[in-house]
Amino acid sequence: MASLRSFLRSGKNAVSAVLRREFHGTPPAAVQVTVRDALNQALDEELERDERVFLLGEEVAQYDGAYKVSRGLWKKYGDKRIIDTPITEMGFAGIAVGAAMAGLRPICEFMTFNFSMQAIDQVINSAAKTYYMSAGLQPVPIVFRGPNGASAGVAAQHSQCFAAWYGHCPGLKVVSPWSAEDAKGLLKSAIRDDNPVVFLENELMYGVPFEMSEEAQSKDFLLPIGKAKIERQGNHVTLVSHSRMVSLCLDAAAVLAKEGIECEVINMRTIRPLDAEAIETSVMKTNHLITVEGGWPQFGVGAEILARIMEGKDFFICF
Amino acid sequence: MFTLVTERENPTFEKIISPIIDVPPSPALITVKSPIINPSPSPAQLTPAVANSMVVSARTYADFTPQATFDIKKCDLHKLEEGPPLQAVLTREEGLQYYRTMQTIRRMELKADQLYKQKIIRGFCHLYDGQEACAVGIETGINLSDHLITAYRAHGYTLTRGGTVREIMAELTGRRGGIAKGKGGSMHMYTKHFYGGNGIVGAQVPLGAGVALACKYLGNNEICVCLYGDGAANQGQIFETYNMASLWKLPCIFICENNKYGMGTSVERAAASTDYYKRGDFIPGLRLDGMDVLCVREATKFAAEHCRSGKGPILMELQTYRYHGHSMSDPGVSYRTREEIQEVRSKSDPISMLKDRMLSNNMASVEELKEIDVEVRKEIEDAAQFATTDPEPPLDDLCNHIFYNDPPMEVRGTNPWTKLKSVS
Repeated sequence: MASLRSFLRSGKNAVSAVLRREFHGTPPAAVQVTVRDALNQALDEELERDERVFLLGEEVAQYDGAYKVSRGLWKKYGDKRIIDTPITEMGFAGIAVGAAMAGLRPICEFMTFNFSMQAIDQVINSAAKTYYMSAGLQPVPIVFRGPNGASAGVAAQHSQCFAAWYGHCPGLKVVSPWSAEDAKGLLKSAIRDDNPVVFLENELMYGVPFEMSEEAQSKDFLLPIGKAKIERQGNHVTLVSHSRMVSLCLDAAAVLAKEGIECEVINMRTIRPLDAEAIETSVMKTNHLITVEGGWPQFGVGAEILARIMEGKDFFICF
Repeated sequence: MFTLVTERENPTFEKIISPIIDVPPSPALITVKSPIINPSPSPAQLTPAVANSMVVSARTYADFTPQATFDIKKCDLHKLEEGPPLQAVLTREEGLQYYRTMQTIRRMELKADQLYKQKIIRGFCHLYDGQEACAVGIETGINLSDHLITAYRAHGYTLTRGGTVREIMAELTGRRGGIAKGKGGSMHMYTKHFYGGNGIVGAQVPLGAGVALACKYLGNNEICVCLYGDGAANQGQIFETYNMASLWKLPCIFICENNKYGMGTSVERAAASTDYYKRGDFIPGLRLDGMDVLCVREATKFAAEHCRSGKGPILMELQTYRYHGHSMSDPGVSYRTREEIQEVRSKSDPISMLKDRMLSNNMASVEELKEIDVEVRKEIEDAAQFATTDPEPPLDDLCNHIFYNDPPMEVRGTNPWTKLKSVS
């Protein structure tokens, strides 16, 4: 168990893939896949599976994607399914939402989520709230995806984390994958979900390779939205994180392990709905909690987690 | 031919179909002897027993003109070689239906005004009286299988797109019999292929283009009519939408309902160019009289043909007027004079215009139209009665419909120990 867990740890330290020899007649087991390629696979598989799915955004088609996430898709699926848009976020996000209302299943890419602020009215008021306001008459099956949070030296306007902003709103599901497996399984689930999903990737994770199990390589590999994953078991302190910061937590856990402190690292995977149960169960065990995120602390994801724990039924028992 | 159909199961509503009488078009003022035509029965009356008795008790004293041709005003054109025809043919059946529907919208809005003042309707209420010819004219130019989206002044469109007066009024009063179960209110009413009812000014325009994209994608030969007002016409996202709709040749009719005022701001004070039909620049445009239902119908047919033939989007500006203020909290006389409102009412009222046309061409009798008025009033009264007495939605409906097709979940209530149930 422990060795399997060490396999799945931060890609930078991952040992080379375990490849069974062909002459045994069994297919290769785990392979190394970058987050970018995992996302690309997910997009490709879902485009193939359902005619109604299409991708639109800036540079997604002929440029192969600003960060090459949609590489090869335009060549394969053409202009109808992979649509380059002008630099008009509010307009094309609205068009995507309208297409979803009329029965298609769009994937709307924001080059980074910072630009989604231009279109945030369409995400919240037109997408998230509509099913409720129509009392169940009008669903909006759309995915908004793109890189979120800090990158490498891109300055203030290009570095904001939107997990807390979108996580605030009912009617939206907000997902924040970390590993390649997360990226693929959660993106596929997001596309198949009949509700508006905000899919927060991270640019610095795109190039990071992860072990991808055989199961994860299948075309029907889905991960449930709303369930966190325990990346590392431990008894002394719980570290809760999402996206790129999970790597940081695992690195910290490795350092602390040398001092005999065993951290339990939880990868949230989903911001909304929050898997408070997983965090509570862990805190009941360790009695210590640290939240680690890339967003600002005030009114943030960590603040919400702490509030939930404090309001939880077991808080005083923890004491 | 305009038919008022609700997609829902509604026992009191049936598709109104009238035979088209095959008589060559006659000059407007000549009375032609024609076979007796049964006046269109109202939906409430069309039971088999009544239908049978109608044949026997049809009016025998009046021979009505089955149809007439009317001259309609020429449209101003932008980037178009030709416009809609300068004449419109109106059959007696069509005329009666347009009259009935416009009158229904008018009386429904006036009733809403009354209920609002009695505090039975609360919140936002943006009334459509004065603009009836737009909603009715547009619907007659498209099919029910086409799509339509508008902003918050949406009660008229909810009706023409298949909603019933009962459901609309009950939604205004926030009751469970409302078209959105009482959870949407005035601005969030939906029917099949009608996407509301949108509260954010201008946001519906990209949505409409998205619906048009879906029509093109699915290859179903349907189009989307996308409405906005003179106030919204200056929104940036509308220009973003013009660009993409034109680039991708989306089958979208953009329609600006120019009622001269964006809330309290007149068009001259808000727009550097009030030629809204030209604001699409590279998109061809028409400007027409939005108080004339025939004008609106012909222009819509022309525009729909343009879109369906793959030429891309087209823009229509309907010059119209609202009698009420922007909403119920606006008396509507601080930024315009009562004389102006009175003048429009007396000279350009859409219902009066149609009525005069029909009467002066002997297409209907005064009594017949009065009878329609009475029936409409009754329908509105019944609906208002229902809307006032129907119970509010149950409290456990509060958290429902957050997600679609999801297993039931718990939602935090006002404190950490109150958990509310939410089902799809």
